[in-house]
Amino acid sequence: MQNIKYLIMGFFFGTLLYKSEVISWFRIQEMFRFQSFHMYGVMGSAVAVGALSIFLIKSLHAKAINNEPIEIPDKKFNVGYIIGGTLFGMGWALTGACPGPLYTHLGAGTSVMIVAILSALLGAWLYGYLRPKLPH
Amino acid sequence: MHEFISQPWPWYVAGPLIGLMIPTLLLLGNKKFGVSSSLRHICAATFPAKVSYLAYDWKKEIWNLFFVAGIIIGAFVAVNFIPNPEIILISSATSADLNALGITDQSGIVPAEIFNWTNLLTLPGFVLIVVGGFLVGFGTRYADGCTSGHGIMGLANLQWPSLVAVCAFFAGGLIITHLIYPVLF
Repeated sequence: MQNIKYLIMGFFFGTLLYKSEVISWFRIQEMFRFQSFHMYGVMGSAVAVGALSIFLIKSLHAKAINNEPIEIPDKKFNVGYIIGGTLFGMGWALTGACPGPLYTHLGAGTSVMIVAILSALLGAWLYGYLRPKLPH
Repeated sequence: MHEFISQPWPWYVAGPLIGLMIPTLLLLGNKKFGVSSSLRHICAATFPAKVSYLAYDWKKEIWNLFFVAGIIIGAFVAVNFIPNPEIILISSATSADLNALGITDQSGIVPAEIFNWTNLLTLPGFVLIVVGGFLVGFGTRYADGCTSGHGIMGLANLQWPSLVAVCAFFAGGLIITHLIYPVLF
C-alpha cells in the first residue's frame, strides 16, 4: 500500500512534536512572550535544514522515487494570508497548538482537544462556505 | 539509552529532524510538507455540501490523511513508551506571568485548570478550546497554510508570501497573549 510510507512519516512527526515539547501550551506562551529561545530554535533550525535540502534537491535536479520530477509551486500571495494568518495566530495562542500539535494532542492523551479539532473543522468548512464573499 | 531518549528532545535535535521531513516527503512522492490542508480534505470527504471549495478530488490528497493518522499514532506510542517528565521546565519569567494571570498549575502539557471537559462551558475554557480551535481552522485555510506549510515549508522554499503569513501568525498570537489574556483571566 503506497500510502503507508506517509503514515510512517507522520509517526515520526508526531513523536518529534511530542518529545520536543512543541505541543506544550506553556512553550507557546514562552514564544509569544519572547521569554525563551526553544520554539525559535526548533522552527529556525527546521527552516535552515529544509532550505538546504531544497537547495540540494533543486541543484541536483533530484527526482522522487517514482521518477516524478520534484516541483514545488510558488506561493501566490493574497490578502487572505494576512487576514487568515492573523486569525490563525490568535487561535494558535489560544489553544497553544497549530494543526500538527492538535492531532498530536489526541495521541498524547489531551482528550478535550478533540473539541478543538472539531471546532477547527467547522472553521475550515465555514471558510470554504464564505470564501466567495471574503477578500482575497 | 532509554533514559537518554526519554528526556525531552532539545531544539537542535528536533528542529533539524523536522526540517528533514521536507526532503523526505519530496523524495518519497513529490509531496509538500503541510498539515492544515488535512482539515480541508476531511471536510471534503465528510460534508462537501455543494461548497465549491470542497468540490475536488480529495482522494488524490489522501497521503495527507495517512500522514495525520501517523501523527496521532506516533504521539500515542511516544507518550506510552518514552514519555516526557511531568513538568516542562519553562522560563521563570513566563511562569511568573502565568501565575499573575491565575494560571498556577503549570505541570503537564496544557493548563489543567482550563483544558478539561468540565471547564469547556466556562468562559476561559470555551474561548481557548472552542473559539481557539475555530480560529485555527478558519485562519489556516484562509491563509492557505499553517506553521508547517508556511512557517517551515514556505520559508525553506524562500517564499516571501509565507514570510508575510508567518508575520501575521505572530501578530495574531501577540494580540491574544498581550492584549486579550490580561482581560480574559
